Amino acid sequence: MSDSDLFEYLLRLGDDRLVLGHRLSEWCGHGPILEEDIATANIALDLLGQATLFLRLGGQVERKGRDEDALAYWRDEREFLNLQMLELPKGDFGFSMMRQFLFSAFSHFLLEELTRSAHADLAGIAGKAVKENRYHLRHSSEWVLRLGDGTGESHRRAQASLDELWPWTGEFFRQDEVDLMLQREAIAPDLEPLRKPWEDLVRELLQRATLTLPAAPMRMAGGRQGRHTEYLGHLLAEMQIVARSHPGATW
Amino acid sequence: MELTANDALNILREVMDPEVPVLDVVALGIVRGVEVVGDRATVRVTPTYSGCPAMRVIEREIEAALLRRGLREVTVQTVYSPPWTTDWLSDEAKERLRGYGIAPPGKVADTPLVALGPTVRAAVACPYCGSTETTLNSEFGATACKAIHVCQACRQPFEEFKAL
Repeated sequence: MSDSDLFEYLLRLGDDRLVLGHRLSEWCGHGPILEEDIATANIALDLLGQATLFLRLGGQVERKGRDEDALAYWRDEREFLNLQMLELPKGDFGFSMMRQFLFSAFSHFLLEELTRSAHADLAGIAGKAVKENRYHLRHSSEWVLRLGDGTGESHRRAQASLDELWPWTGEFFRQDEVDLMLQREAIAPDLEPLRKPWEDLVRELLQRATLTLPAAPMRMAGGRQGRHTEYLGHLLAEMQIVARSHPGATW
Repeated sequence: MELTANDALNILREVMDPEVPVLDVVALGIVRGVEVVGDRATVRVTPTYSGCPAMRVIEREIEAALLRRGLREVTVQTVYSPPWTTDWLSDEAKERLRGYGIAPPGKVADTPLVALGPTVRAAVACPYCGSTETTLNSEFGATACKAIHVCQACRQPFEEFKAL
């Protein structure tokens, strides 16, 4: 394993949380009720915090003097390594909660494994994040249950969100040489054994929510290699404009 | 006069969490170690929540408090392991929270991972009237560390320092 493999792996962990945190923050001031406005802002803040820690560590590993802000604000679209699902527009509230549920469930199993990473700082950050993630997972699962097993309209829209999101989950478990290099050093876990516990958990909740699991996931891919949907560029434009318009500004 | 590590720790008991000003940083459990060598101190701190915006303020205040008492150089180091937990709050700290109107955290329990039905949680006692006739409004509140409840007995909305 080289430092650049570890750097890339940390960018993937950081970018997932930075991009999803940004999407969630778009609910701030637009939540369906005040409590949910506050909840989504809180979860966004947790994710931004986790992104900060992963990207900061990434910058230290890279040793080119880039801190978490430089990595967040001064990389372009093709340098972002997040899962494509996380950059999709926020949609309606049910769509955002369905995405949050699918990702938080994946995140739970991944972070649990990462707490046993041979890399002490990575394990430490994962140990913190996995506790916060439990709140995110429970919160989003409550909404999936409530909307799926709710009114005709909420059920229809929850199912539509699930149908739209499901193909993108194929990317969760895809692995490449970066993963394999880190697995060899026991820094990162093999993702394949996480697939079944994730599917079991998701399947059980969706069943309770009276939702129908779509057919096998298509294997959407490319986010980990910097290939993205048209949506990421727009997201970055909004996220990066202030930092890039006023380089070095402090307040 | 030279300060000992213990003196430095006592100075840190005067540095309050800006968002929960009845808890000092030692009672909060985030100070994981203090070393003093001559007029230089190193303080190891662990964050509460990854994204807690108060952490930066707290680090600056730790530094300022020690510099004010004559130390020349203060380094605040962030450590992540073991991760902070509300189980580290002392009983005395929990009483201070209750007196301030925030229900103290319960023990970190094995809460269900997902909601397979209506979630039933142990009732949190109202910090104002003590009633356990309370309802959880949201597990997310005004800061990352707090949940929102309403007391049915005295009709008072209140916050809970949530178990983490």
